[in-house]
Amino acid sequence: MSAGGKSILSPFRDRALVERVAREVRGASNGEACRIMHVCGTHEWAITHAGLREMLPEGVEVVAGPGCPVCVTPGGEIDAMADLACGGAAVTTFGDVVRVPGRKTSLAEAKADGGDVRVVYGMADAIRMARREPGKGFVHFSIGFETTAPMAAIEVGRGLPANMSVFSTHKLIPPAMEFLLRAGIEVDGFICPGHVSTIIGADAYRGLAEGYGKPMVVAGFEPLDVMLGVLEIVRQKRAGIATVSNMYGRAVSQRGNELAVEAMEMVFERADAEWRGIGRIPGSGLRLRREYAGSDAAVRFGIGEVPADGMPAGCGCGDVLLGRIRPEGCALFGRSCRPESPVGPCMVSLEGTCSIAYKYRDKMQ
Amino acid sequence: MLFKVFPLCLAVPGRVVEIDGEVAQVDFGGIRKEASLALVAKMGIKVGDYVLVHTGYAITKVDEKEAEEILATWREVVGAEEGGAP
Repeated sequence: MSAGGKSILSPFRDRALVERVAREVRGASNGEACRIMHVCGTHEWAITHAGLREMLPEGVEVVAGPGCPVCVTPGGEIDAMADLACGGAAVTTFGDVVRVPGRKTSLAEAKADGGDVRVVYGMADAIRMARREPGKGFVHFSIGFETTAPMAAIEVGRGLPANMSVFSTHKLIPPAMEFLLRAGIEVDGFICPGHVSTIIGADAYRGLAEGYGKPMVVAGFEPLDVMLGVLEIVRQKRAGIATVSNMYGRAVSQRGNELAVEAMEMVFERADAEWRGIGRIPGSGLRLRREYAGSDAAVRFGIGEVPADGMPAGCGCGDVLLGRIRPEGCALFGRSCRPESPVGPCMVSLEGTCSIAYKYRDKMQ
Repeated sequence: MLFKVFPLCLAVPGRVVEIDGEVAQVDFGGIRKEASLALVAKMGIKVGDYVLVHTGYAITKVDEKEAEEILATWREVVGAEEGGAP
């Protein structure tokens, strides 16, 4: 189980075993096309890093959906945080978001202009900083899907230091999946995000599987995990069934982490949310309930709804996020848009499909 | 294989080596880091357990038996082929 060396997870990275399962996929698909979507940046990384797409039979395709929280964060929210950082508050956030361009600026630019932007590893770090400097106002720019929302929820529920508040731009994955299905996206099944599912549980996808007739398969992040997920979807499609299948039982239960879900429900309420490059998705955002207004930076600093925004001119991130094109299909990819000089958020974030594709471009044909 | 900046959805498995109240010391293949047990308070985490840690918080206990079972199934398939069984 250790990160390196011999561990219980090593066999999950065994190439021969993964190739054996890929052969099984070939047999199960029997030449029929199958288009599978995942919605997690870490899945995209695992698939690209291990070269799993190249192992799949022709017609079986895995595309990335909107699985990068940083990529879908509206530019107006980034600008609002940059304004706070330049206006005397310390803004804490995850490193991945700092370089993402807003509509006017980025947090990195705000910092270069003298703004107080601090990268933290997690919510607990931000709280420690706020305690150490009681005379300074702290705002935690809280980003992420169901994997990071519980940390904000439990800490807000317990009470933040008086000089600290949270700006929640947390988003939920199942409403986004439903939005895509309602929009009639061409997909035969979903690989459900592993660690989002650790929190919400495999049962959370039951309505989507039944309501839309699509296999929903929870998978982990090792190459074998992902390939088994692909196999399960191909098998379900061939058999004409659509159910939730949990292939990541070592970290995901049917009901999830109930304490985390309770904390989220206590502190947050659902709201419609703007997904950059995609649009407004009903019930997909989490904002603090009125009882926690004292901890809510949106209330304290009067940050209203931000306008809908697309991607920079010429940038294909919007289509990449919806699985319509692969990064190589964007005219800017690898030309004017590279990790060192990114144009769109999908090239900035480590979880962005474009930055992953660029990093591992040699592995791809 | 770990990212330098942790992506928001990647949780990393590690072994609990010490627990002091709500804070655990977790060993990630030789690197020790502190993790909050606030979100797994009801899971009865003990020293020696594997937990998934995300942005400094353990989010679940890792079920090693489940991992073994899925592997055993596939080893059987591969083993049967290599053994030339019909």
